[in-house]
Amino acid sequence: MRKHLLAACAAAAATASRAAEAIRDPAAGWDRLWHEVIIDISILGVAFALITAWFVLRYRRRNPNEVGRAEKLTAAAAVGWTVIPMFVFMADDFFLAANGWQLWNAYRQPPAERIEIKLESGMYSWDYTYPNGVKAQNVLKVPAGKPVLLRMTSRDTIHSHFIPDFRVKEDSMPGRVTFMWFYPQKPGEHIVTCAEYCGIMHSYMVGKVVVVPEAEFAAWYAQEEKKLADGGRQTKKAGA
Amino acid sequence: MNTWKEWIFTTDHKRVGVLYLIGSLAAFGVAGIMALLMRWELTSIGPTLTENPSTYNVWLYAHGAVMILGFQIPALTGFFANYCIPLMIGAKDVAFPRLNAFSVWLFYVGIVLAVLTFFIPDPPDIMWTAYPPYSTITSGNTAFYTFTVLILGFASILGGVNFLTTVAYMRAPGMSWNKLNIFVWCTVAAFVLQLIFVPVLGTAVTLISFDKYLGTSFFDPARGGDVLIYQNLFWFYSHPAVYVIFLPFIGVVYEIVATFARNRVFNYKMVVYGGIFGIVGLSGVVWVHHLYVTGMADWIRIGQMVTTLLISVPVGFTVIGLVGTLYKGAISFETPMLYALGVIFLFLIGGLTGIPLAITSLTLHLSDTYYVVGHFHYVMAVAGTFAIFGGVYYWFPKITGRMYSETMGKLGFWITFAGTNVVFWIMMDIGVKGMPRRYFDYAHFPQFENAHQWMTGGAALIGVGFALAVINWIVGAARGAKAADNPWGSQSLEWTTQTPPPPGNWKDVPTIREEWDPYAYAQR
Repeated sequence: MRKHLLAACAAAAATASRAAEAIRDPAAGWDRLWHEVIIDISILGVAFALITAWFVLRYRRRNPNEVGRAEKLTAAAAVGWTVIPMFVFMADDFFLAANGWQLWNAYRQPPAERIEIKLESGMYSWDYTYPNGVKAQNVLKVPAGKPVLLRMTSRDTIHSHFIPDFRVKEDSMPGRVTFMWFYPQKPGEHIVTCAEYCGIMHSYMVGKVVVVPEAEFAAWYAQEEKKLADGGRQTKKAGA
Repeated sequence: MNTWKEWIFTTDHKRVGVLYLIGSLAAFGVAGIMALLMRWELTSIGPTLTENPSTYNVWLYAHGAVMILGFQIPALTGFFANYCIPLMIGAKDVAFPRLNAFSVWLFYVGIVLAVLTFFIPDPPDIMWTAYPPYSTITSGNTAFYTFTVLILGFASILGGVNFLTTVAYMRAPGMSWNKLNIFVWCTVAAFVLQLIFVPVLGTAVTLISFDKYLGTSFFDPARGGDVLIYQNLFWFYSHPAVYVIFLPFIGVVYEIVATFARNRVFNYKMVVYGGIFGIVGLSGVVWVHHLYVTGMADWIRIGQMVTTLLISVPVGFTVIGLVGTLYKGAISFETPMLYALGVIFLFLIGGLTGIPLAITSLTLHLSDTYYVVGHFHYVMAVAGTFAIFGGVYYWFPKITGRMYSETMGKLGFWITFAGTNVVFWIMMDIGVKGMPRRYFDYAHFPQFENAHQWMTGGAALIGVGFALAVINWIVGAARGAKAADNPWGSQSLEWTTQTPPPPGNWKDVPTIREEWDPYAYAQR
């Protein structure tokens, strides 16, 4: 008995640590919660559908003068049929809310070792500014294995920076600063697309996140920084 | 000539109702054609039907705005409420018949304004949500949108005042509150919501026109405004508007199910006091789930995640009541019942797929994708339209005095039902995979082209099915067989008068016996 209990505790602890592990990357946390919710609603849906189908087949009208035979519920049955479903639904609601809240908290507390990039959106481009002042349009190059946080605003209408592969979006709008972050694990390219109707060419407002190995990123980053500095000097010279 | 005048100057609630029906079906036709044009456009990557994204955006605007404001709300709270409520409560007419006639003609002005969208040089392209700053800087005509909403909203407020008074003061002797049809309760609740929330929408859409044309800056951050205030005001109305549609349509379905199962509504008081009242109570505190990814404060995003999930309790009551009404029933499957069962199925899928959208963290990915579009079409757009079509079939013999063709009715139902599931199931699927909504072109998502083609095929089926239903009604109204007073064997009061009901509805105002109940079948 004791052994079983211990095993159960260990399993629970393992699940909890897996959960914490998953939430380190919001995208993985999203996938996990999504599957949980899909199972939850599928059970509810199939149960309701089967009961309905069974009633429909079982209680067909067999002669034209037949009428339904349901009796009026007693007060106790009426209350029971109200309170019990209410608690079942509420239990499920709070279970889902707790899980959703857990993932939300993880998502809203981005890791400290992040790279922080400014984003200004406009009709119809994504303009990024790296911490060292390097600018990029529509192509966001980031290192693998480091959380990336975007601080976002817009210079015209409302846009929404959506990266389907990282399961994340947030609106960028004039007069407000919002943020989003994601956790690219390995090199690759990911579509960025606008998810808030922003104007006539809304569906063409597209960019990409290019994830490269950390060393490659560092080299590129330093080179761009140098270019920026040289460019600045030249401009100064020209001005003088 | 005389009959034309009779219709134009009519104050009879039944004729006003039929005018609402004709207007809203015309709006449905226009908005439906917009949907088909959009589906055609999306059949292939790149421009297909039009070169100009603006044209597509106008279709999209017109489809959403006209379907909601010109079709569903007027059909449900205009047609059904007008036609059925006085008959169901045993009244001779509504409380303010002239006001009623005024509101239907206001509604027609709104419809004409909405249709003029296609004839003015600068049609609105701001979606039915009209978010600033785009709606205040677009070259499209935002004022058109503002006036359409204001006029239709005003018509709706007049209807609300009228029907709340009617139900409160004009019930037949002996018609106590607990003997009211579920549909009457649902409509009362919907009008309470309209009276509370329409003024907020009116304010919001007026302020965007002020910003655009009169130089104010309510929503312009450069001059001290805030873009999010609009979204809050808009959804503070427009989420309850979902229940303004949901409540009457589920009420129609209750009437159909109770009649064709010839059965008592399961746990009436739970449905009314738990389900309908509960929805009214919660509807005003869940709007932030439309703003989950707009950078609202965390506490309100989390708080309204919980309230949104809790809506499942009253909505669950209404579904349990509906399914429970089938239990021990004597069910027959004429066309209206097929539509009603279709609504239960569609609403089940639509309701449950709404649960992920209540969860803040899941909307980070799902928000503004085709998943949302698929979900709200299942839960409200198509489920509501099925209920409207089922309801028109159900009361068709009473309204016209004639029968429709049962074969054609069933055929139309199955074609539409099949098309619906093809379109909106696929839509939710590619939404989860990342397809954003409101896209004229999807060049960077080539993997979805095949799915889009299937959806266009499904949309064509939906169009054919609904067209069959409308043709069926027109033919039936002109040449159908004469209908009996009570062809379905219903207990409800509206079937006890002659068919079609005369002006004034009753020879003698009915007196309600103690043991009578609109759903008391077992006692007979």
